[in-house]
Amino acid sequence: MEKQEYTITLYTENSIGMIGRISGIFSRRKINIESLNTSPSEVEGIHRFTILITESEEVVRKLCRQIEKQVEVLKAYFNTNDELIWQEQALYKVPAHVIAEKAYVERLLRQYGANVVVIRNDYIVFETAGHREEIDRLTEELGKYKLIEFVRGARIAIIKESAGFHSKLIQFEKTEPSQEIVENEFLDQQDNVFTM
Amino acid sequence: MSTLEKTEKEQAAPATMQQLSGSQAVLEALIHEGVDTIFGYPGGAIMPIYDALYDYNDKLTHILVRHEQGGIHAAQGYARTSGRVGVAFATSGPGATNLVTGLADAMIDSNPIVCITGQVFASLLGTDAFQETDVINITTPVTKWNYQVTDATEIPSVLAKAFYIASTGRPGPVLIDITKNAQLQLFDYHGYEFCNHIRSYRPKPIVRNEYIEQAAQLINEAKKPFVIFGQGIILGKAEQEFKTFIEKGGFPAATTVMGLSALETDHPQHVGMLGMHGNYAPNVMTNECDVLIAIGMRFDDRVTGRLDKYAKQAKVVHLDIDPAEIDKNVKATVPVWGDCKETLPLLTDLINQVDHSKWLQQFRELEKEEIKEVIYDELNPTSEVLTMGEVINVLNELTGGNAVIVTDVGQHQMVTCRYAKFNSSKSNVTSGGLGTMGFGLPAAIGAWYGAPERDVVAIIGDGGIQMTIQELGTIMQFGAKVKILILNNEFLGMVRQWQQLFHDRRYSFVNITSPDFVAVAKGYYIDGNKISERKDLRDALKTMLDHDGSYLLEVMVGKENNVFPMVAQGTSVSEIRLK
Repeated sequence: MEKQEYTITLYTENSIGMIGRISGIFSRRKINIESLNTSPSEVEGIHRFTILITESEEVVRKLCRQIEKQVEVLKAYFNTNDELIWQEQALYKVPAHVIAEKAYVERLLRQYGANVVVIRNDYIVFETAGHREEIDRLTEELGKYKLIEFVRGARIAIIKESAGFHSKLIQFEKTEPSQEIVENEFLDQQDNVFTM
Repeated sequence: MSTLEKTEKEQAAPATMQQLSGSQAVLEALIHEGVDTIFGYPGGAIMPIYDALYDYNDKLTHILVRHEQGGIHAAQGYARTSGRVGVAFATSGPGATNLVTGLADAMIDSNPIVCITGQVFASLLGTDAFQETDVINITTPVTKWNYQVTDATEIPSVLAKAFYIASTGRPGPVLIDITKNAQLQLFDYHGYEFCNHIRSYRPKPIVRNEYIEQAAQLINEAKKPFVIFGQGIILGKAEQEFKTFIEKGGFPAATTVMGLSALETDHPQHVGMLGMHGNYAPNVMTNECDVLIAIGMRFDDRVTGRLDKYAKQAKVVHLDIDPAEIDKNVKATVPVWGDCKETLPLLTDLINQVDHSKWLQQFRELEKEEIKEVIYDELNPTSEVLTMGEVINVLNELTGGNAVIVTDVGQHQMVTCRYAKFNSSKSNVTSGGLGTMGFGLPAAIGAWYGAPERDVVAIIGDGGIQMTIQELGTIMQFGAKVKILILNNEFLGMVRQWQQLFHDRRYSFVNITSPDFVAVAKGYYIDGNKISERKDLRDALKTMLDHDGSYLLEVMVGKENNVFPMVAQGTSVSEIRLK
């Protein structure tokens, strides 16, 4: 089976050591995590992990089952890029004189929809959000003009379907021989929250 | 009784609200969970718990092992014969790291274990304090769950959760690390509440009827159905349900190493053991059957051999409580998620009563070949030296198949699994998944505490016994009536066999010398005997079994005997070699 980018979304308890528990499941199988983001979710007290890896569907499915075995994980999902709306954020620190002197750079930043975060005499910090390729392109362009510092955040993603993960979860149950028809009762009670 | 002791006693008695120390709360939790035996070893960071234990001596039996690894293996043995949660105590640092092998063993073999480790004061965490190790991070991959307690108020609920997680679903080891300050801390104790729900934990998948129906249909259409079963039957306490199922369907049934004793060896539909050193018929027939019904087993590589040539002709029905096992190694045509205690009766209702005796007869034909080529000579050797198989065979005759058989790891383990007779469930205690040498002796001690009314025979090689021989001290002090049968071939036999077969007889460090085991036992005040001749075998085994108390019998066996049949690594189960 062909490898492609998969975004794994986990709902977990917000307990100490969760990152270690989750990352161990990948490292044990020598799978590289390309990006990892943790944040609160739409449900209070429940954490959301967004993990990006490049693997085959079979491997991703098995991984998700192993992750769900963790006592503190409520649910694991995996999606291909076309099922998701996803973003990565980047910060660029550019020397102030470059912006002042090179009109091209200013155009470039406009073109990529970069926003100014901080302006100082010596440098200016811009921020953009978008897909990896766009950020990479801008980084490459800016690299030609003394980019002082650059950082890109982890992928964050939500699914395209209007109903959100809660309905997706029921769909999963239909198409896949899953372990449970009735989903986790806690998530079920959060109907209104999950239908975004 | 001093006033102080009296107050402590009163405090220990259950009441609606009282002040307890964290340590007392730990012991109260154990009592509520029905624990009667703890295997442990004290040390600095767990001293408050041991101090509290001093007052709980009448309610909790503590067995002082000689090494923490022995403690956890004993807890495993206890869990395996009693069907209950095994409990081990250890101190921080080296005490806790010594548990790791046992945790890994319990994890892969799904043993319900709760380990309680002491930890340095919370204020010292992360400072490289004396006997501090990051036990939680060290044990995360080898525990079903672990948790560090730094505040005594958490102890009742955390221990309730620990027992719940360890014993439900697919069982496994849980480790609770308790800092010394939490053990000492006094808090308002409101009684013990059992845990029966964790929102992020689903012990049992909900049974789906459509898959039961699909499985039944597949099974009913089968001409050559074949059942393979594992420890899931024992863990699910579904031995009776399983027997009803195979008897109604008339299926031949073969066991994994871990499934041994779930179905009595003499059952007419029991066709032997699967796997690398399993029986000829079930291995060959795996690639002949049309529907393979796998119950409570996980298709370990030692069972499947080469996966791309494993049961490719068959449709696979896989019953398992752990969803992650379905499709992990072998793709299931119909996955039957759930506890086999629930799914088997549902399936039994839907399957037809069929006579598969002709199909079963094919297994028996192959068995005859194995008897001719392997078994007969193993049990009736013409050579002067004893074989492991004949020792087990005489043991069977003397115990009638009623003993608990504990093994270590290696040739003696495979021979025992092949030839030992089991009449009842929970009679086979062995390190299956992890293959932990040194498991046998401590596990046998625990197995005896788990089933003290039964004969417990520990069959161990000359290599493995030397890994945990210190536990003879535990037997000496507490009197577990374990019968120790050392099968001594003066080699690390399994490795030697591989070196012979696959490494051109280049015997590299497999030649192991042994102390005078009988003298060592004598040093521990344990009676023993050593034999090497056939004429002495029966009497020596009988003396061992009849002895009131522990006994060590060393039997010298053929040095370069091999275990056959064998599915060599990287070959298919149907390519099993008889010699």
